Amino acid sequence: MTTDTKGDEVRAQAREAVLAAVRGFVLAVAMLPVTVLCLTLTLLSLALVPIGIGIVTTPWILGGVRDVADIRRRLAAEWCGVRIPSAYRPVPEDANPWTRTFRMLGDPATWRDLRWLPVDMTAGFFTALLPAVLLLYPVEGFAVAAGWWRVLADGHTYWYGFVPVTDQPTALGAGATAVVLLVAAYRLTPRLLTVHFRLTRAVLGGDQGELAERVRVLTETRRDAVDTSAAELRRIERDLHDGAQARLVAMGMDLGTIEMLLEKDPERAKALLSQARRNSAEALEELRDLVRGIHPPVLAERGLGDAVRALALRLPLPAEVTVELSGRADAPVESAAYFAASEVLTNAVKHSGADRIWVDLHDADGMLRIAVTDNGKGGAVIGAGSGLAGVERRLGTFDGVLAVSSPAGGPTMVTMEIPCVLS
Amino acid sequence: MRVVLAEDLFLLRDGLVRMLQAYGFEIAAAVESGPELARALAELEPDVAVVDVRLPPTHTDEGLQCALTARRERPGLPVLVLSQHVEQLYARELLADGNGGVGYLLKDRVFDADGFVDAVRRVAAGGTAMDPQVIQQLLSRRDAGDRPLGRLTPREREVLELMAQGRSNAGIAAQLVVTERAIAKHTSNIFAKLGLEVSDDDNRRVLAVLAHLDGDR
Repeated sequence: MTTDTKGDEVRAQAREAVLAAVRGFVLAVAMLPVTVLCLTLTLLSLALVPIGIGIVTTPWILGGVRDVADIRRRLAAEWCGVRIPSAYRPVPEDANPWTRTFRMLGDPATWRDLRWLPVDMTAGFFTALLPAVLLLYPVEGFAVAAGWWRVLADGHTYWYGFVPVTDQPTALGAGATAVVLLVAAYRLTPRLLTVHFRLTRAVLGGDQGELAERVRVLTETRRDAVDTSAAELRRIERDLHDGAQARLVAMGMDLGTIEMLLEKDPERAKALLSQARRNSAEALEELRDLVRGIHPPVLAERGLGDAVRALALRLPLPAEVTVELSGRADAPVESAAYFAASEVLTNAVKHSGADRIWVDLHDADGMLRIAVTDNGKGGAVIGAGSGLAGVERRLGTFDGVLAVSSPAGGPTMVTMEIPCVLS
Repeated sequence: MRVVLAEDLFLLRDGLVRMLQAYGFEIAAAVESGPELARALAELEPDVAVVDVRLPPTHTDEGLQCALTARRERPGLPVLVLSQHVEQLYARELLADGNGGVGYLLKDRVFDADGFVDAVRRVAAGGTAMDPQVIQQLLSRRDAGDRPLGRLTPREREVLELMAQGRSNAGIAAQLVVTERAIAKHTSNIFAKLGLEVSDDDNRRVLAVLAHLDGDR
């Protein structure tokens, strides 16, 4: 019984060793031409970018390289349980070749792919082939020991590994070496194949530290976003509850009383009617303010540029707004940018002591930039309840950043940047 | 007087139609979308158009754009624009051609039927009807540091507000319960203090005041 189990184990281990060798062999032999082709075509295509042809071909070829790399990632996970994250930045399907090319070239993952190709065709090829070599070389050793040395060492020394074979005893020495090698192969081949995939991961998998940092930032900004939106909902609920809703209740009550008074006391009924109308007007006013706080109507109607212009017109200070936007951003980004700008402007009005404000909105290189400058007394800092910390959090959800330049004596310049695509 | 009405909410459209008819207006068309409005304005040649800013199909500022386009093609075509919110930005665009015959009011103003119908008539006659909120925005924006405005007496300021809304001297007098002559005196004081040229034409007067309030300091 025990022997049987042991025999099973040995068979399983042997099968695994052979499987690893075969897989490594297939991988090395089949992939080498593919990686060589990939590298050649990529270099060729990049060289053709200046004359235009490369703009069209590069996205195709880089896409192919990604597919090849993805196959290797899948094999690594299936064969050896080595997980290599695939972290390409998304490229819009309908973008023009120019955008696609430069979006892909701007992706660090592309450059990792391109570094991986030469590594894979050298060190990668070697490490993939090693298990097969380790398994097959002992076979030659046995053949040598069995008498093949006569053919191989015909009159001179034949080297089997580090064993010089000249006669039968040395041939047996070669056979013994082969046994040692076979045992090593039996134990090591699966792990050797893993070494290949570890190497692949080291080159292809990107920086773990970078990923960990990204996860930390995302966790933090997600928590902030959830907190902020929950607080917003609470505020809206409270405003509706204490405002419009209460007014409608009062109106309903007034109308009931009016119904009762209509014939008995028309004068009082009239007075109550005008009160009901006032209540409805005030309810509308409150709803309007609430809507402005949720999503400003101008933003919905005209987009970010005009919404900020309208905002500037509501400020008690003259504000000059320059807008150069090539399109509209996604609604959530637009909204975040609007409220961030609104907060910064409110801040400037409240604390800077400025008598003039300049707002500049433009987009370039996939970044939406908003700069708010005032000629006030300066000294603005992020944090310390300045409201700028809130802006930073708001922008953080969209990977946006806030920079403040505010020397004592002014001027203050607050710059916000949000990565986004305008369409 | 023939009116083209554009409003996408059925209840409000229906209510406006009934109100205007009750005051003796003829409804040439009551439409609910931007393209229909554009067609009605081009084909029916109404005396005045009452237009909601936000209309289908895009639910952006389609009504306003239609109105601005129609006024470019037919300068001075009287248009009264209604909205759930008023923005100085939009008021400025409506007033930009300097032609008058423009109104811009909150939808709430229809609560006061007399006042609303008065605004429609004023706009149809080439006058102006600006929402009190627009004027408030203009004034509060200028309050910080506008010297001429600071020299107005509280009464003159009140008159200025009403004048900027587009009211005539008679209308202002009725509102403040004083004589027209008293208002005339106030207005000439206001014009002197703001350094504006006095004009007998009511419309030109309003436009001058609005231009002063909206101008850069």
